[in-house]
Amino acid sequence: MKHRLTFAAKKLIRMFFLLLGVSLVTFMLVSVSPLDPLQTNVGQVALGSMSQEQVEKLEAYWGMDTPPLQRYMGWLSDVVHGDLGMSLLYRQPVASIVGERLANSLWLLLFSWAFSGILGLLLGVIAGTLRGRWPDRLIRGYCLLISSTPAFWLALLLLLIFSVWLGWLPIGLSVPIGMEASAVTVADRLRHAILPALTLSITGVANIAMHTREKMIDVLETDYVLFAKAQGESTLSIVWRHGLRGVALPALTLQFASVSEIIGGSVLVEQVFSYPGLGQAAVTAGLGSDLPLLLGITLLTSVIVFGGNLVADLLYGVVDPRIRRGAARR
Amino acid sequence: MRTVNRRKSTIGFLVIVLALLAAVTVAGMILEDGAKVTDFTRTNLKPSLQYPFGTDWMGRDMFLRTLTGLSLSIRIGLLTALISSLIALVLGILAALGRKADAVISWCIDLMMGIPHILLLLLISIACGKGFTGVVVGVAVSHWTSLARVVRGEVLQLRQAPYILAAEKLGVPRKTIIKNHMIPHLLPQFLTGLILTFPHAILHEASVTFLGFGLPSEQPAIGVILSESMRYLTTGQWWLALFPGLALVLTVMMFALLGERIRRLLDPASVHE
Repeated sequence: MKHRLTFAAKKLIRMFFLLLGVSLVTFMLVSVSPLDPLQTNVGQVALGSMSQEQVEKLEAYWGMDTPPLQRYMGWLSDVVHGDLGMSLLYRQPVASIVGERLANSLWLLLFSWAFSGILGLLLGVIAGTLRGRWPDRLIRGYCLLISSTPAFWLALLLLLIFSVWLGWLPIGLSVPIGMEASAVTVADRLRHAILPALTLSITGVANIAMHTREKMIDVLETDYVLFAKAQGESTLSIVWRHGLRGVALPALTLQFASVSEIIGGSVLVEQVFSYPGLGQAAVTAGLGSDLPLLLGITLLTSVIVFGGNLVADLLYGVVDPRIRRGAARR
Repeated sequence: MRTVNRRKSTIGFLVIVLALLAAVTVAGMILEDGAKVTDFTRTNLKPSLQYPFGTDWMGRDMFLRTLTGLSLSIRIGLLTALISSLIALVLGILAALGRKADAVISWCIDLMMGIPHILLLLLISIACGKGFTGVVVGVAVSHWTSLARVVRGEVLQLRQAPYILAAEKLGVPRKTIIKNHMIPHLLPQFLTGLILTFPHAILHEASVTFLGFGLPSEQPAIGVILSESMRYLTTGQWWLALFPGLALVLTVMMFALLGERIRRLLDPASVHE
């Protein structure tokens, strides 16, 4: 147990420094930007009609009068005290905006993540087992098609089919327009989340399926599988008893590595469906040069991604006894 | 009886695809002016023989716009894939040869993998002031990670190869060993990596532009076209979104197939797939 704890502790320390790096890089990238936040958010015309004092006030509000390093240190010390700062666009604490947006996105992300993982694993196992036959060709074709399709176009297509032509599902947003918050039912929310979740799930499948297929083929070519075949085991039982075990580990890695992809995809998909989630907030913050909000979102998504990697690393030991023993020996 | 073997068919495929892509690229460059012509006597036309992809609300020919957008996508894709593959080659070799460099580079890779790719692209694009520079720099500097890892692994193996060890013992300078003995060996891997980077580069360019952080809206890029089409979906102008997107998918698919075929040709181990 002790070595597992030191392993986790080492990973956590590395994660901490990586997060520090992420925040520094994000901060630097936004502060070297030649884009003028006043121009984008206030506008040329309004700026022209303002007095010098007003403009200076605005510049101070957007933090343009303090040097970047000083701003970063200030932001960092606030974060250490648990304060993520105020969003400049929304005039609310970043923590509350991010929390609210994450609550909207979380089910979407979780569902698509789990669904695409399971479906991808299943398709990969089927394709690998029936290599060269028609199900394999079909699945490979599907994966090629999906990995060549931009997520936002797929979202547009689904929107076109299910919302505009068939009229089955709503066009966008997470709740019906003009309805009071108390009147919104769970069914309403679900109906609004179907298309975004479907898009994300469809696009997430390809990568996992193709890698699982390769691994499955490797496993089926080993001597122990040949031996099992010689003993008269059926294909189904070989896949169940040998195939899945060999495939589990890489599939796990991919599944947790796909967290980042799903979040990235949600940025695009939420934009198409005007779904008020984390991804849409990131785009709004980016377009409006809202540095505190952008930093908050980047940091949060990085925590989720690094957390996913950490969980994957820890799960290895649970799934594969060889890794557990190997670590103990060291 | 099969007289066409895999190499022949791949070369045939290569020629056809390259010719097609070159034709699209050149046609798009020539027709760029035509794509910007507005004509209010022909607004919102459905696809017909005269306008195969229809026209938009300003009477612009969607076929010409799509062609121009594809041409732009391909050119940006080529440029960015080339830059990021070169970055990958250099950093991969550096990581394999020095311990400190390895630690720094793998830390950088972890850092970049920690930020969702789209978000990273948005941030870099903001740093460069959006527009053409923003999207090109963003896509170019964020796609080297996986190829760099491949190159690193390959070089680590190469270092133990007898001919490299012999060259070292003979006192051949390190730079010469890298230039004369390692790079030629890495070339096939590099080329495949380069071609397989195209699809990602093109898709990410379109995505960033679609979100409004990439190419400016007066340029007929696929991302711009699709982002504009969103406003007209509910009024039934489906052709604005369908055809440009489909054309992009087909282009990306051609690149992906090409890369896959070349990988198989250059990597004899996977021949019996």
